[in-house]
Amino acid sequence: MKRFFLILVIIGLVCSAGIAFAEEKIKPEVTAPGVAEQAKPALPPPAVPAAPAPPKIDTGDTAWMLTSAALVLLMTPGLALFYGGMVRTKNVLGTIMQSFIIIAIISVQWVLWGYSLAFGPDVGGIIGNLSWFGLNGVGLDPNPDYGATIPHQAFMIYQAMFAIITPALITGAIAERMKFKTFFVFTLLWATLVYDPIAHWVWGVGGWIRNLGALDFAGGTVVHISSGISALAAARLMGRRKGFGSESMAPHNLPMTITGAAILWFGWFGFNAGSAIAAGKLSTSAFVVTHLATASAALSWTFVEWIYKGKPTTLGAASGAVAGLVAITPASGFVGPMPALLIGLGAGIFCYIGVFSKNRFGYDDSLDVVGVHGVGGTWGALATGLFASKLINDAGADGLFFGNPALLGIQALAVVVTWVYAFLVTFILLKVLDWTMGLRVSEEEEETGLDLSQHSETGYNF
Amino acid sequence: MKRIEAIIKPFKLDEVKAALSAVAVQGMTVSEVRGFGRQKGHTEVYRGAEYVVELVPKIKIEIVVPDQTVTRVVETIAKAAKTGKIGDGKIFVVPVEEAVRVRTGERGEGAL
Repeated sequence: MKRFFLILVIIGLVCSAGIAFAEEKIKPEVTAPGVAEQAKPALPPPAVPAAPAPPKIDTGDTAWMLTSAALVLLMTPGLALFYGGMVRTKNVLGTIMQSFIIIAIISVQWVLWGYSLAFGPDVGGIIGNLSWFGLNGVGLDPNPDYGATIPHQAFMIYQAMFAIITPALITGAIAERMKFKTFFVFTLLWATLVYDPIAHWVWGVGGWIRNLGALDFAGGTVVHISSGISALAAARLMGRRKGFGSESMAPHNLPMTITGAAILWFGWFGFNAGSAIAAGKLSTSAFVVTHLATASAALSWTFVEWIYKGKPTTLGAASGAVAGLVAITPASGFVGPMPALLIGLGAGIFCYIGVFSKNRFGYDDSLDVVGVHGVGGTWGALATGLFASKLINDAGADGLFFGNPALLGIQALAVVVTWVYAFLVTFILLKVLDWTMGLRVSEEEEETGLDLSQHSETGYNF
Repeated sequence: MKRIEAIIKPFKLDEVKAALSAVAVQGMTVSEVRGFGRQKGHTEVYRGAEYVVELVPKIKIEIVVPDQTVTRVVETIAKAAKTGKIGDGKIFVVPVEEAVRVRTGERGEGAL
């Protein structure tokens, strides 16, 4: 315990030293807009980021982006409720705590080094450098590369919420059995070693996957595939829960789960429509397709379950909705409403099958992160390769059904690279953590439950 | 003195209570229990995982009565709790050695 705090203090000291060092390098930003203003062109500036005109802040765009950031933040507590209701009573707080504390951990990590690694000046197409450590150089004037009409910090804080929810997704796979302090360290390291690089590859200027032309509007690869496949590594390494297959592991509070799913649906409008980084046609299009894909996925999962199991379940409807949200995420800024319905239809079916495969392969992905996020994200990324149309977003590309089979290949490459990288790094990371700190709680602690054993609390004291 | 333990279906509780007060039974202890005899449980499905729930919720009523009223009370409960379907429950009669009223310290049948 004391060693754990010692490690945290050392990290804190290193960061403080880094901040102090970085602050010396701050150049006044006043000169840049001043210079540009004198060179104002007579013609309206072109739409590309390299425009000579000074970036002008649009209040509508900024309002929407700040709102979207808040919406995406709300998704993490929503996820906490979604997962919390699905575990057993004795683990409800432990499950919720994992998502909730990630908000705190990653918020700090993001503004110290995460944002710089993900979106900072590119190094070799692989990663950003640390020149934006401690938000050095990340001010309130727009950065033309990342939101030409909003303050740079608005973009940064919006992206922070994505960085937060991604590791939270993984917690579903290792529910009810992970040591809290190991989970804490894992979160910090996974964000730095997996999320930040992949975000850079796909979204950062200079990122190699972005340069290849892969399309990921709001995070199919960056968020869902990365967390989904990492969840697979985690589930395999953690091992099955005690009593898996023989004891009842039924959800203890499905009303809480459905509430969580509804909050996720609501917040996801910020996730997808906000990825337009502006308020207008594209964000509207993303908003509409997000809603349609979710609705159709909820229906398709419900119907598949109705046919195969005899009854439509609330958990199925909610899970279908989440699967649809996941699948439409990479496609949301590139496809039209009717393809969105098809993407949702596919998500309900493929993710339902994905959830069942865990029985065939025997791993305990407790809350189906692999089946919903891994499979859903993969379907969504490939569906983008099928249905993308430049009529919807001319900054995108056309997909297979619009005459360009090449995109599908690029999407597939991005998917496979993400699978391999996320799986390998997560696997190694967890192996090291298991060896040094231990991943799992003891059998007795697992029997007592995480709430009492990790947090000395009981969820319900009626 | 005898203790009468009756396991009945939960929705029958109000009927049994009403019937018992009609035969002047003045007190009882009620608990929520789960169990099974010949009644089968049910199956729940969560994301395809099936859980067979064998234990069925029931209500247990415990009443301590003087020996001479035992038969009447048992019949009253049985009649009120019956639906004719499997799972109606069971009634057990057990001897009681002593009874004490906490407030006054009375003992024996006067404490009932």
